[in-house]
Amino acid sequence: MTRRNIETLVGVFVLMGFVAIGYLALKAANLAAMTIGETYAVAAHFDNVGGLKPRAPVKSAGVTVGRVTSISLDGKTFQGVVTMELEKRFAFPKDTSAAILTAGLLGDQYVGLNPGADEANLAAGDTIRMTQSAVVLENLIGQLLYSRAAEGGGDAKK
Amino acid sequence: MNPHDLLAGLGRWALGFLFRLGHGAFFLVELLRNTPASLRRFYLVVAQIHAIGNYSVVIIAASGLAVGFVLALQGYYTLSRYGAAESLGLLVALSLVRELGPVVTALLFAGRAGTSLTAEIGLMKAGEQLAAMEMMAIDPKQRVLAPRLLGGIIAMPLLAAMFSAVGIFGGYVVGVLMIGIDPGQFWSQMQAGVDVWDDVGNGIFKSLVFGVACTVVALYQGYEAEATPEGVAKATTRTVVISSLAVLLLDFVLTAVMFSAPR
Repeated sequence: MTRRNIETLVGVFVLMGFVAIGYLALKAANLAAMTIGETYAVAAHFDNVGGLKPRAPVKSAGVTVGRVTSISLDGKTFQGVVTMELEKRFAFPKDTSAAILTAGLLGDQYVGLNPGADEANLAAGDTIRMTQSAVVLENLIGQLLYSRAAEGGGDAKK
Repeated sequence: MNPHDLLAGLGRWALGFLFRLGHGAFFLVELLRNTPASLRRFYLVVAQIHAIGNYSVVIIAASGLAVGFVLALQGYYTLSRYGAAESLGLLVALSLVRELGPVVTALLFAGRAGTSLTAEIGLMKAGEQLAAMEMMAIDPKQRVLAPRLLGGIIAMPLLAAMFSAVGIFGGYVVGVLMIGIDPGQFWSQMQAGVDVWDDVGNGIFKSLVFGVACTVVALYQGYEAEATPEGVAKATTRTVVISSLAVLLLDFVLTAVMFSAPR
């Protein structure tokens, strides 16, 4: 086999390898959808972020408009600070509220934005004031048991 | 055999093991020192990628397809019990990209390419070709071994990526075309759950490490083989055994370091 033929075959081999890597990155991992256009960062303070993870989607009306970039704890108020990047082409009013929601019964958690009616829009570095924390199943069950116990106690008095 | 002999035998075995480990590490360092020189004669590396990579494509693609088929069938059996059959795409893609792609490719690579490397180098040594090269002031490590190492390191990640890609296609064939899972769910669950850097990137890094390990074991066994037909035969067997064990152990260590860190 001549040198040129071998080189051609190796070229085919390397090309196949790169096509495979590209296929994995684009088709399986969806790189194209991860790289969103220009973004601006806003923060939101939650009493409880639950199981929210960095890179979780931020949705409004069910449409992904951005991603969570980081989650940390505010040392003064002891609230969870969620910073997220929203796409520039979506502007939200200043009084937009944020909630941590769950996709399906056991799905991953995401941030849901509920637009308000303010004239001014959120700008980079702004903080969303109105937030609704993640639902913690244990607290919910605890409340349920507590209210049932209270009802039961009332019945016993009668 | 008295206890003293047993103890001495154990000690001899342990010392020999450590000696070969250290010797092999020095061998790798020496080969890596010779790689810049072999980059200047890049044609040698290209020829090795051809010998190692191109000829392995068929077996890698066939195995990837089979593994993808089986993963989809078995995964569907378990997932359908929990009513989560739509996650099949995610299961197939994550298993392949993170684990099975790199590991199975490395095991096949050890059997398909590693053995041929060992036998080739071992026979070159038995035929005193390496000694003849040294007589002509050509360093066989630079001329013969280093291009093979580079070829193996370049070929392995590409082969592993092909394995995973073909495997995902196999999963699609069984999951969507045969079983009848919704194709939209199949792909969107996969795309939501597979991360480019954490999963695909780490998988490629894994296969890079396996490429170094498998190739260096094969070359070392060939280079240190006894210069007899039995010696070469033994060395070839040892290549498969040691490469496979090394791949599985390294895989555990790499998985523990890369994937268990809290995110």
